[in-house]
Amino acid sequence: MKFEKKADHAYLLDVKGYVCPHPQIYTKKALEKLQPGDILEVVFDNPSSGESISTMCDITGNEIVGRAQEGAQCNWNIQKA
Amino acid sequence: MSSATNVETIALPGAEANALPRKNVLWAYGIVGLFALISLGTFAYNEYYTYLSVYLWFGFIYGVCLQYGRFCFSSAFRDLFAVGVPRMAVGIMIATVLFALVGAFVTATGLSTFHPAPTSFHAVVAGFIFGVGMVFAGGCASGSLYKAGEGNGVAVIVILSISVTQAIFADVGGWTNRLVPQAWHESALSKGLPEVINVGDGWVDQYLAGYVWNQPVTTYAQIMGWSNESVAGAFLGNLMIGVVIPATALLAIVYVFWSRRGFKNKRVKAGGQTDFTFKDELAGYWTMIMASKRTAIAGLVLGIAAGLHMFVIQGLRVKFGVKNAGTLLERMGFDFGISVNGTVFDPGYWYVTTQEAQWVGWVFQKLGSEKMDNIYFGFVNGIPNPAINPADWMSLALIGGAAVMALLHNEFKFKKPTLELATWALIGGALMGIGSRLGLGCNVGAFFVRVSQGDPSGWLFGLGMIGGAYIGVKFFNWWTERKMAKEFAACDF
Repeated sequence: MKFEKKADHAYLLDVKGYVCPHPQIYTKKALEKLQPGDILEVVFDNPSSGESISTMCDITGNEIVGRAQEGAQCNWNIQKA
Repeated sequence: MSSATNVETIALPGAEANALPRKNVLWAYGIVGLFALISLGTFAYNEYYTYLSVYLWFGFIYGVCLQYGRFCFSSAFRDLFAVGVPRMAVGIMIATVLFALVGAFVTATGLSTFHPAPTSFHAVVAGFIFGVGMVFAGGCASGSLYKAGEGNGVAVIVILSISVTQAIFADVGGWTNRLVPQAWHESALSKGLPEVINVGDGWVDQYLAGYVWNQPVTTYAQIMGWSNESVAGAFLGNLMIGVVIPATALLAIVYVFWSRRGFKNKRVKAGGQTDFTFKDELAGYWTMIMASKRTAIAGLVLGIAAGLHMFVIQGLRVKFGVKNAGTLLERMGFDFGISVNGTVFDPGYWYVTTQEAQWVGWVFQKLGSEKMDNIYFGFVNGIPNPAINPADWMSLALIGGAAVMALLHNEFKFKKPTLELATWALIGGALMGIGSRLGLGCNVGAFFVRVSQGDPSGWLFGLGMIGGAYIGVKFFNWWTERKMAKEFAACDF
């Protein structure tokens, strides 16, 4: 697992290789730490975590502003509400 | 509010960004073709193989549905507690109600293959151990099968751990005999089981024959004074009282605690609504149910398929004049690994864990370790060659079905497990293996099937699973908090 600051208000969470529930738990904890408007790029390759992260964002109001997929790897950009 | 304009946002529609490689399609065709070839080839050899092929194709359907809906029983409660997501709890309740509805029709026609299990507190304890294990492992027993089909190495370790643990645990004797209460020991001996089973030796044997078998076996229909096969019993007792009402209530609890606030916030944000009527609450409840169409559709198909599976298997039993696949195997000339009762594991519906224990039991037996002197293998399920074990056909096809879906959605990827995840997989798999044997089944056999068919022990196992999932999540929260703290410190928040 890797979490780092990419730029001002932009962070990267790399949870490639992790299975449930790790990607969604790390995403939740990272988002809790950010400020409203900050962007978190989440990189994961566990398909079922995508469903959970998507629903989590829908419930909490955080917006998935970008989704890219290459093979099984997903790069999602989430803007903290 | 801070700005995020310096962040490159990639907004690519999945299909365009993720073009499907031709080799994926070829592999998918190859898997389906192989299963078709097995079915046709074995049928040409002997029509009794139809019985095994029915298991195979229903397994394939289960695999397709599980992967499509990312359908994992573990995430139902784990994701509620961990990240507040009710998606899977909803999906499972939809599947359960649909399975119960089809099951009620099948039961009312007298063609059900289901037998309720003994009901007592042991189901709660077993469910608890299983629940902790499934959170540690990252997936339940059926979830690990479909994830193996996605190329997930962690899931393969989980399957191995469940399989080996069960095969060992079911036969464990020696010092564990000293942990058996005298009353269990005496009760087990009084059952008059065949001498070859040696029921006085082995913890699980004495637990089963000395305790579990003494517990009441019932259904909601029988509690209400109806027979399972009567219309009132099947539809009012087992379906309405046993499934629909508790499932609706459970989802109402999930809505109130996990979904309602988000729904209201959205309404307030969208139109400034502040007063919420009962009608609005119902709309919120329905929104929660339809939030993940993919999961809901998978639940719907799974539920119907699971019910039809029972119907078709029972039809074949009537056609071939048998009550268990052991008779068919013997007619085909296979006599190795058949239990003393002439039976093999043949549930007649979806099941996961026993066939996993069986193939390891078969390997142990072939290596010279006696595995037929216990109730689980020797008296009930046998350890037939995995190549002709009906339930093993189902599990392998489930993995294949999931692989086909993953390949066609470009989600298949061989993932090598890290040491950390492999450790959790081994521990979680072992706990699930022990929980399965104590509860006489896993999240599918002991929860999904039993709840759907009006067996009270199913809800007891589920109650334990919820408790276990809660404890497992508490542990993982602590674990991830520790790791994140180091990363946050480096970011200088």
